[in-house]
Amino acid sequence: MKSKQKKQSTNKNMIAPGHKACAGCGQMIAAKAVANALGEDVIIANATGCLEVTTTPYPQSSWRMPWIHSLFENASAISSGIRATLDYKIKHAKTKKEKQKLENIKVVAQGGDGATFDIGFGLISGMWERKENIIYICYNNEAYSNTGIQASGATPWGANTTTSPAGSGSSIDAIGSHQRKKDMLALALAHGLNYVAQTTAGHPQDIANKIKKAKQTKGPSYIQILSPCIPGWKIKSNQSIKVAKLAAKTGLYPVLEYENAKLTNVMKVEDNPLKVDEYLKIQGRFKHLFKNKRGRKQIKYIQSIADENIKKLEIGK
Amino acid sequence: MDINSKPGSTKNNKTGGWRTYKPKVDNGLCVGCGTCIQNCPEGAIQIKEDNNGNKKPKINYDYCKGCGLCAEQCPTKAIKMELEEK
Ligand SMILES: Cc1ncc(C[n+]2csc(CCOP(=O)(O)OP(=O)(O)O)c2C)c(N)n1
Ligand code: SF4
Ligand code: SF4
Ligand code: SF4
Ligand SMILES: [Mg+2]
Repeated sequence: MKSKQKKQSTNKNMIAPGHKACAGCGQMIAAKAVANALGEDVIIANATGCLEVTTTPYPQSSWRMPWIHSLFENASAISSGIRATLDYKIKHAKTKKEKQKLENIKVVAQGGDGATFDIGFGLISGMWERKENIIYICYNNEAYSNTGIQASGATPWGANTTTSPAGSGSSIDAIGSHQRKKDMLALALAHGLNYVAQTTAGHPQDIANKIKKAKQTKGPSYIQILSPCIPGWKIKSNQSIKVAKLAAKTGLYPVLEYENAKLTNVMKVEDNPLKVDEYLKIQGRFKHLFKNKRGRKQIKYIQSIADENIKKLEIGK
Repeated sequence: MDINSKPGSTKNNKTGGWRTYKPKVDNGLCVGCGTCIQNCPEGAIQIKEDNNGNKKPKINYDYCKGCGLCAEQCPTKAIKMELEEK
């Protein structure tokens, strides 16, 4: 696999066009920012999901760097193997130059929220336990988008998905998802990671900065990127960035980073932060919440989650 | 069995055919900030210098899917989406 490195110009993205992601896909905006910040000295292991499926319609690939896909659940384990091989090669390098070249190569594992929060979680935990020098990136579109928007451990309260359908009945099922999103950042911190960060597809420059920090971190790091999905969130193709920004502005999805277990950077919300209604009402997946009293009660509850974040992280002014 | 793919080979897929609305840049309004370039999920916008050395975006319609994000996010509203005649 030889890449035409000479032809690379500053205008060239590390993900080629012609991929099959939906028009306006938030995950692609995020992945493009990630790939460009990583550059070509990297080996990426990618779980299946929209990102893998849309960028590698066999025999083609959009990736302009070494990239491998094996299964849904094992991107982390594949990257552990790559890491072990690189470490062996570094140890046995014949020249200083060769050693340096190998040391420059970053190992990255990435996948969607289904791959990360649910099916791949055990293997990720193992990778973190072993303190392996691997960057893990989760593109969180809050559902299993690639297979038709089933709910995952990352699906938020009140969201209508195909496995948590909103209805008109009086049981709790009728509100859509009634599980609170799993706190993956807390789980990452509990594993003692030196770099844990959260950002959104609406902040591509912040994504690039966080990738650069993760590259400098020794040991495992975790970056979770909220990535609006056009059919999954039932938004228009020109809204993914706006929605992602609103998630941060309302306090529902704070943009932040932890270095050596300490919260070191967090984006403040404005005085009188925007209410979650502004975020929820433009997404079809929450449409049912605006239709009756019971739904409005859920909106109040979702607001309390945002308020809790703002208070806990001290991001109000 | 060859299970390797050529890096960047999806560029053979001309996804511009997906488009309903076509973004048009008004260079007079554009301030060359680059926001549209970062926000395009296709990587279909490049930066080029015009005759006066000012940076202006150039859209590659072979790949632009017409999502409208560039127009929506442009701080000076320099991009308009127009229904495409086919
Ligand atoms: C073991 C296994 N189970 C199920 C699938 C089918 N499958 C492929 S992609 C996918 C959903 C991926 O969801 P997520 O990780 O959130 O990524 P997204 O598509 O949302 O980006 C599923 C269920 C599979 N490939 N392998
Ligand atoms: S289904 Fe969602 S995540 Fe998948 S390509 Fe479309 S917009 Fe992107
Ligand atoms: S976002 Fe608007 S002003 Fe900025 S470079 Fe693009 S067209 Fe020009
Ligand atoms: S309409 Fe969408 S795909 Fe086309 S150039 Fe603008 S951002 Fe890119
Ligand atoms: Mg997902």
